[in-house]
Amino acid sequence: MSKLKYSWWAVAVAAFALFPVVVTNPTYTAIGVYTLLFMACATSWNMFSGYSGYIALGSSVFYGVGAYTMALASIHWHMAPGAAMFWLVPLGGLVAVVIAVPIGWIALRVRRHTFVVITIAIFFIFQLGAINFGFTGGTAGLSLPFIQWDASYYNVPFYYVALGIVLVAVVISAAVRRSRFGLQLLAIRDDEDRALGLGVKVGAVKLSGFALSAFVIGMAGAIYAMFQGQIYPQFVFDPTFDVSVALMSFFGGLGTLTGPLLGALVLESAQQYLTVTYSNGSLYLIFFGALFLIVITFMPRGVVNFFLDRRRATLAAASMANPSPTPSAPSTPTPAARSLV
Amino acid sequence: MNATALLSAAKDGILTGSVYALMATGLTLIFGVMDIINIAQGILVILGAYLSYALQVHWHIDLFVGLLITIPTMFLVGVVIERLFFRRLTGPERTGMSILVTYAVSLLIEGALNMIFSVNDVQLQGSYVNKSFAIGSVHFGFIYVAGFVLAVVLLSALYFMLYRTRFGVSVRASVADQTSAALVGIDVKRVSTIVFGIGVAVTAAGGMIYGATNAFNASTSYDLISRLLTIIVLGGMGSLGGALLAGVGMVFVGDMVGVIWSPVWSSMSYFVVLAVVLLVRPQGLFGKQSARVA
Repeated sequence: MSKLKYSWWAVAVAAFALFPVVVTNPTYTAIGVYTLLFMACATSWNMFSGYSGYIALGSSVFYGVGAYTMALASIHWHMAPGAAMFWLVPLGGLVAVVIAVPIGWIALRVRRHTFVVITIAIFFIFQLGAINFGFTGGTAGLSLPFIQWDASYYNVPFYYVALGIVLVAVVISAAVRRSRFGLQLLAIRDDEDRALGLGVKVGAVKLSGFALSAFVIGMAGAIYAMFQGQIYPQFVFDPTFDVSVALMSFFGGLGTLTGPLLGALVLESAQQYLTVTYSNGSLYLIFFGALFLIVITFMPRGVVNFFLDRRRATLAAASMANPSPTPSAPSTPTPAARSLV
Repeated sequence: MNATALLSAAKDGILTGSVYALMATGLTLIFGVMDIINIAQGILVILGAYLSYALQVHWHIDLFVGLLITIPTMFLVGVVIERLFFRRLTGPERTGMSILVTYAVSLLIEGALNMIFSVNDVQLQGSYVNKSFAIGSVHFGFIYVAGFVLAVVLLSALYFMLYRTRFGVSVRASVADQTSAALVGIDVKRVSTIVFGIGVAVTAAGGMIYGATNAFNASTSYDLISRLLTIIVLGGMGSLGGALLAGVGMVFVGDMVGVIWSPVWSSMSYFVVLAVVLLVRPQGLFGKQSARVA
């Protein structure tokens, strides 16, 4: 990665860090918190599903487990409402990882299409469990210790913690992408049988990737629970969440680093804005569905990949026009050669 | 547990399960021919139910007569969806993409239905909907029996088409191997479009029966699609017989769990059964074990 790219990342982080300083309206900072949570979740989802090609549609299991961990731990340990509860956020992530191991063990026994369906089925087991078991409070949900921060800056601590989680997600995703482990995940996406033949321990690699992706999503769920102060099974175990993170990643570009961030930034902030402005969820469904179909029709590999492919094509054309001794960039990159964006 | 409860669960399994099997057959057929998982099947069932509802409320057309209009309409809806979105969808990531595309279609239809019909639950009405008769100690609701008969008729027609007609041979050849089918002169694209249309058309009948036996709104589709997906995975994806058996078996197991423990656990039982079966047979009950799956 060049110095220029690092400076772009620094500018982006600074812009996000300054947002609550410039915009103080609680309505908009709340939108910022939700958007950051989705950016973290989409990045983490992409770290497994985007790299390995195994589309998981049950990620809200981890989100819900993180949320319930935060709620149950803070209630049963009689925690004082306040910033100390943020210490439970990593715990939410760890519990999600622990839950992810047996789920992955069952779900990853099958190949791709069936895997999708099994993750959906497991999601429903958890949602129905949260509704029907006693310790989860059933449909009435759970109330967390009430945090009495002033409404004018209530959102701000959550915003910065969520921003921190996004950074954690990006660092994990980038580190995985550049490691041997990440290459193994990509090899599984491109040809699982050949990867197996070449000595990749596909079972262990897939399971580790799946469990690792649960960590950030569980932490995001824990922040959500604390932020809301009240959780309900149908909102933390939400089928729309499962698909949202997948659609956001596809929208931006599956398997890229910036794609899921961009997808979540555009789609989640638009959803929150439309919901706040028109208080009409149906309008958002139509907007979301139509936007996704348009993007997928005209940019089948997502927005980020679309522009990358175009830039590569331009570079290739330029090097064809001025032949030089240096090897030119291939016009059609092999999947494994896609650069880290 | 007693004999009556067992009989009653078996009855529900066969009557209601056959309707689920009909809806799931559309899904599994589409997957078999096109490698597309149509997540929109749930909302299309609800769309079919709302079509019957609109015909009944605005033009006073009987539910069963209305099928003569709704089945062709849903066939056309399927053809349009296929032509718009799936012709372009090619390559190794086709199945994964199809899930997201059909989900987006599903969200679009859900939003539109919410706006047109509001989110309040409705149920299809008819003079026969709440009538029932009894054989021994087991009660039979008319609408359930009618749904069973309808499902059997449509499934038989589908089997006849697949196994006794020239078009059926083309469909089965496309399921077995698309490239070879194209090589012997089968127009796989045309077969795909028609199969997608048929797979969606069965939702009109399934939706009518579903809407007459359950209160529904657009968000009911999540519950439906999760059950339909469970059925086709349990039966083995692409297997028609598997879908039939899994549809009946799923409702039977759900009812038994409801009688033995409590109804709150009955819907969860399907997913548990699915997880357990897949531990033993990852390809489902009647699925083909394929060596290389893209």
